Amino acid sequence: MLEALLGGLRLVATLDLRLWEIVGLSLAVSLSAVLFASLIGLPLGAAIAVGRFPGRQAVIVVLNALMGLPPVVVGLFVYLLLSRAGPLGALGLLFTPQAMVIAQTVLVLPIIAALARQAVEDAWREYEEQLRSLGVHGVRGALTVLWDIRFSLLTAVLAGLGRASAEVGAVMIVGGNIDGVTRVMTTTIALETSKGDLPLALGLGIVLIVIVLALNAAAQVIKEAAQRRYG
Amino acid sequence: MSGILPLRLEGVSFAAGGRTIIEPLDLTLEAGASTVILGANGAGKSVLMRLMHGLLAPSSGRVAWSAEGPRRRQAMVFQRPVMLRRSALANVVYALDAAGVPVGQQLRLAREALEEVGLAYAAGRPARVLSGGEQQRLALARAWALHPEVLFLDEPTANLDPGATREIEAVIKAFDVAGTKIVMSTHNLGQARRLGDEVIFLHQGRVAERAPIEAFFPRPASPEAAAFVKGELPWA
Repeated sequence: MLEALLGGLRLVATLDLRLWEIVGLSLAVSLSAVLFASLIGLPLGAAIAVGRFPGRQAVIVVLNALMGLPPVVVGLFVYLLLSRAGPLGALGLLFTPQAMVIAQTVLVLPIIAALARQAVEDAWREYEEQLRSLGVHGVRGALTVLWDIRFSLLTAVLAGLGRASAEVGAVMIVGGNIDGVTRVMTTTIALETSKGDLPLALGLGIVLIVIVLALNAAAQVIKEAAQRRYG
Repeated sequence: MSGILPLRLEGVSFAAGGRTIIEPLDLTLEAGASTVILGANGAGKSVLMRLMHGLLAPSSGRVAWSAEGPRRRQAMVFQRPVMLRRSALANVVYALDAAGVPVGQQLRLAREALEEVGLAYAAGRPARVLSGGEQQRLALARAWALHPEVLFLDEPTANLDPGATREIEAVIKAFDVAGTKIVMSTHNLGQARRLGDEVIFLHQGRVAERAPIEAFFPRPASPEAAAFVKGELPWA
């Protein structure tokens, strides 16, 4: 056990190429997914927060429920979409990093949208009267609030990133865990553990934890600096 | 350009959550004289101003300005102004932009407005870290930049110390001198006397009395107003 841990640390410390390729792909996939999910989810969450339309409560309930979407189910859903016989089969994306980005975007989108909805709604309560008094409504009001609470929204984006980088099920199904092509940290950990190659699994586990910690620490620092700077 | 005043409220009432806050009332606000709305907590002062400003829709009756498109020609300053997380100057620019002022004029007008309220020194500072009094002056600058015909003020100094209150009052005076019609609610009878020309006294959602300031204070005509003035000035 200790030996495996030391082996893992050695892989990390010696900048093992195989390990860092996997880390690189993981980050590329998850960051892309979070970028796309944010581009859609933040305005979507803000629109739901600010908008008044029939069925709004139902939309919020569904959105909140989707936060807990099981990754394997998302993987299955995207798999069906992208498989040869599926509606998007012609694109030939299955078992590519792009497919993994799509799956993680679907997985993370509800989280970012739902958390943004909550944050914008709270802020809107404070801003609404003032903005309406200034003659600002609708999309412009939503964008103003979104920009004004941008540092709080970092938390929502980060929750999405945490979810994306930690999940196995979705990337496993649509990526296929192909060595050198679609193998990411989590799928490698699952595979290597079952194969008994604990050093690589542990090494990746350590990297994964460090990345998540570093991102959260950075977000915390940014948020506090912004709080001091902008109030 | 014809003015948006007088403002006419015809049979305006407001109810929320099964409770009537404003009883049906008729009221006309003319240009010129500064109007102070007095009344106890819960008398409906804030709601009445929001109805006039257009933030609330009346449950019955109508609020009629004398000219169309009044939104840009009236402004409101709240008890607790909300500032955006950007510089003081950028907050004024935002208001100008929202009002449709051409981009080329925004910066100049914003600087002038900050100058007017004595905040030129804080132009680059983040608005949210300004003191309460400074934020309220910034709210006034935001209104000043628009050169509104009517300015509504909802207890603008309720949270401020006497020094800050004096500064705010000076700016309100400046609006009056510049020809803006002032409509202000306040708890502060001294302030009402310093800034007002006439009083509208609200009691339980009704206009109990409307009188020129010099007639109201020595001898309120309605028993409700008399009790209120006596209660607020127990030594008088």
